[in-house]
Amino acid sequence: MDNFLNLFVRSIFVDNMIFAFFLGMCSYLAVSKTVKTALGLGLAVIFVLVVTLPVNYLLQTKVLGPDCLIKGVDLSFLGFILFIAVIAGIVQLVEMVVERFAPSLYASLGIFLPLIAVNCAIMGASLFMQQRIGLDATDPKYIGGVVDAIGYALGSGIGWLMAIVALAAIREKMAYSHVPAALRGLGITFIVVGLMAMSFMCFSGLKL
Amino acid sequence: MSELFSKKNKEAFVNPLGLNNPVTVQVLGICSALAVTAELKPAIVMGLSVTIIVAFANVIISLLRNTIPSRIRIVVQLVVVATLVTLVSEILKAFAYDISVQLSVYIGLIITNCILMGRLEAFAMQNGPWASFLDGLGNGLGYAKILIIVAFFRELFGAGTLFGINILNYECIEKAGYQNNGLMVLAPMALIILGCIIWWQRAHRKELQEK
Repeated sequence: MDNFLNLFVRSIFVDNMIFAFFLGMCSYLAVSKTVKTALGLGLAVIFVLVVTLPVNYLLQTKVLGPDCLIKGVDLSFLGFILFIAVIAGIVQLVEMVVERFAPSLYASLGIFLPLIAVNCAIMGASLFMQQRIGLDATDPKYIGGVVDAIGYALGSGIGWLMAIVALAAIREKMAYSHVPAALRGLGITFIVVGLMAMSFMCFSGLKL
Repeated sequence: MSELFSKKNKEAFVNPLGLNNPVTVQVLGICSALAVTAELKPAIVMGLSVTIIVAFANVIISLLRNTIPSRIRIVVQLVVVATLVTLVSEILKAFAYDISVQLSVYIGLIITNCILMGRLEAFAMQNGPWASFLDGLGNGLGYAKILIIVAFFRELFGAGTLFGINILNYECIEKAGYQNNGLMVLAPMALIILGCIIWWQRAHRKELQEK
């Protein structure tokens, strides 16, 4: 439980998906024009992360890891192909379930779900998890069970949501300011994200 | 021979290098463009890996384009890309282990790199293999170009070196009051440098400016 909380807080502030690792940057920049859509995409990312990471955790520890299927065989190199298949499959499944049982949620999240299959934040979280499973158990980044994986997923997702909503709010306000013609749009957005990342650096010394 | 280098094919190769650059204009593949650019060497390896993967994925999808049912095309594309990425990753691990450790998860993340899906969807599904190959090569090199520019500034001003070779770390320069800027090798400056590159490009190319 200790490690759950630790992973949760760390992945929101210290190892923030956007500001520390630039994961999910494409959709982060494309869908951050208004707060409402940003919130929708952020929630969808949390949702998919929390569903896929535990599945990928089990896949890595029970099927792909060293000595799991056959003694002396390490199948980790198949991770890329299997993780992406799991993500694409689960996104498809989630889309169908949400459409059937929660039409109102589908109306607000629906258009974002297919986008998320190729969002690097999801794949990135799975790959980071694969690295962290191999760490020493005393390392604060160690992921040692399904619960830890859920904590990491939840934290990363919330960190991502926070980042995209903050950027969307700034961009909404920025629409009223006089930005030099050549910087307008993409250029100024990059610089704003850079400044936000700088302010997030103050969490990097956080000891948990 | 003239068929092979027709005007259209030439455009498919040249456009992504400048006017239609995948990173600065189409805004694709930003994640890795920022994350691996703290030094020049991994940036170049990453750029080359992406170039090779885009070019070959384009050719394979272009050859298969008439046999893929459109409903499952995304899955087929992902599988082709994931296979190529696994190959490149294993090759890097075998022949350039240090760099593959430095690039860590970002090699795997080429699978979800939007440049790949974007080019496969937008170009390879409609065009023949040779044109697709050129398009992939052009986009990969356009991506590599931005990576190299960003990495050049970050390594030069962050660590005072280029390719690990000392450029600025001399006593006489330090005595004149110059110091390496540690912030350059951290995440925020990657974003700001890329923002400035976009600024510079749009200042020169008025047609790219947003309203």
